[in-house]
Amino acid sequence: MAVQGPTLDIGGAVLMKPRPSPASRGYWQSVGRRLRRDPVTLICAGLLVLIVLASIAAPWLGLADPYKTSMVRRLYPLGSPNHWLGTDELGRDMFARLIYGGRLSLFMGVTPVVCALLIGGLLGITAGFVGGRVNMAIMRVMDVFYAFPSVLLAISLSGAMGAGTENTLLSLTLVFIPPICRVSESVTTQVRGFDFVDAAKASGASALTIVRVHVLGNVLGPILVYATSLISVAIILAAGLSFLGLGVKPPEPEWGLMLNTLRQAIYVNPVLAALPGVMIFITSICFNLMSDGLRAAMDVKA
Amino acid sequence: MLLYALRRLIYLVPVAFGVSLLVFALVHLAPGDPISAIVPPDAPKEVVDKLKEYYGFDQPLPVQYLRWLGVTLTGDFGTSIGTGRPVATEVASAFGNTLILAIAATVLAFTLAVILGTAAAYAKSRIVDRLVTLISLVGVSVPHFWLAIVLVIVFAVELGALPPMGIGPENSTGWRLDGAHLAHMVLPTIALSVIPLGVVTRTVRSTVKETLSMEFVTALQAKGMRDRQILFHVLKNAAPTCLAVMGLQAGNLIGGSILIETVFAWPGTGFLLNSAIFRRDLPILQGTTLVLAGFFMLLNLTVDVIQTMVDPRIKRG
Repeated sequence: MAVQGPTLDIGGAVLMKPRPSPASRGYWQSVGRRLRRDPVTLICAGLLVLIVLASIAAPWLGLADPYKTSMVRRLYPLGSPNHWLGTDELGRDMFARLIYGGRLSLFMGVTPVVCALLIGGLLGITAGFVGGRVNMAIMRVMDVFYAFPSVLLAISLSGAMGAGTENTLLSLTLVFIPPICRVSESVTTQVRGFDFVDAAKASGASALTIVRVHVLGNVLGPILVYATSLISVAIILAAGLSFLGLGVKPPEPEWGLMLNTLRQAIYVNPVLAALPGVMIFITSICFNLMSDGLRAAMDVKA
Repeated sequence: MLLYALRRLIYLVPVAFGVSLLVFALVHLAPGDPISAIVPPDAPKEVVDKLKEYYGFDQPLPVQYLRWLGVTLTGDFGTSIGTGRPVATEVASAFGNTLILAIAATVLAFTLAVILGTAAAYAKSRIVDRLVTLISLVGVSVPHFWLAIVLVIVFAVELGALPPMGIGPENSTGWRLDGAHLAHMVLPTIALSVIPLGVVTRTVRSTVKETLSMEFVTALQAKGMRDRQILFHVLKNAAPTCLAVMGLQAGNLIGGSILIETVFAWPGTGFLLNSAIFRRDLPILQGTTLVLAGFFMLLNLTVDVIQTMVDPRIKRG
């Protein structure tokens, strides 16, 4: 049905005043609408926001001191008075340590992916857009990193550089650059072959303008979706490095490291020893489901 | 076919060169110079200089690299700083143990994944499909080293049904085919198979579903072919994609076994690598990384070649 505006009376003739048709919803608006209708993604996003906020606000939540040890109160079971999630092998409050642990665990999982997204994305888009020898050079270097299983690469690099948060971040970033670069390269190569890029070239647009206007808009979506799917891998890998003693150093609270130190308690208080892993599991499952939801909402092919 | 395999092998040469550079660089990434790992900090300077000269660390880096490459190519990976035994021997025995575990986990994961994925793709009821999707989601989200600990807690600590660690009874270091050794394998195999199970189930489900919607399936049905025979055709068409993912997962499983081997004290390459890192035994670290990366490259090559054999549409070479 045509949209009818108010009538105008001009000299006896009744004219229809045309009303502008409603602006078509933009791409991002429709993505947002689809996301709002996806309960699983919303619940996961809510849970993640809760976990992130709790770990950021940990010092102001009135929690017990996560560093305060006690020789008397070691390995209290769940549901103990004042320590409702019990205490760890050094008598520190588990609930406080689990909340505080989110700070480092999340930070060490998300940061490498963000860094790798910037570096790998830039390299991949360059390789895909410029093509030719530049593409060859960049992608052959990436092939070298692809010759290692990712866990092995992360552990060998961290192992050689020594334990520590910075080294873990560095080695994880190196692990995630090649896959992001490869995905960016293949999407960019596809987009470059489209007619509108040729049209822009023919109309005399500079390479930078074409990248900024035509390529980035079409390429960023798939790359971002792919990067979010890597976050859960990164969180598990970062926790794994700390679990091996290669990441965060004690006494910092961090989920992977806590799993390691609590292993001595599996005969005394097994449920307690498994708790930090539950946190990793919940976080990683939420990131995976959210990434799936984003992929569906943004209509990106796997 | 043979020509294609050969060309792929030649193409591996520059990659292998890059890998060797990276592995060589591992030693020099270490804080301090490589000698400081083996001499006490208060060692006299002459001794340190002599050792540097002995190991060739006084030479410029390119010379060191070429020397190292030349020696390594002959199969001599140096001597372990921790045990004084040749690195090649240590890595070889550990690699065998890792391979046994990896093969068991691969067989378990891939068999289950093909059955579950195909069942989900064929399923008329949403429940089966949802259930399988959930399994694959858990598979890719669970921290496998945590699952390993939970398995130990449930089956070794609480139920006392299975041994919690080691490759066999009485500090056995080599694997043998007997009941006790098989019992020791159960928990590590399960823990190691969850990630490939999750990933491959997902791939099989989506690929088979896609294949089922193709026109040739309708044609076969119209022809009156039996469902079982149609399934064969569907699987054959879905195989190349699934194989590619499986190959990648099988390789990653070898890398991922590092964490699992540490939890179960399984004397494989992961366990060796982990202890080498903490003893700062750089030759072992280098040797293990090189062997695993080499194996991973050859595995990928094999998968590529098998893929061309399975899928006549891919004409390469």
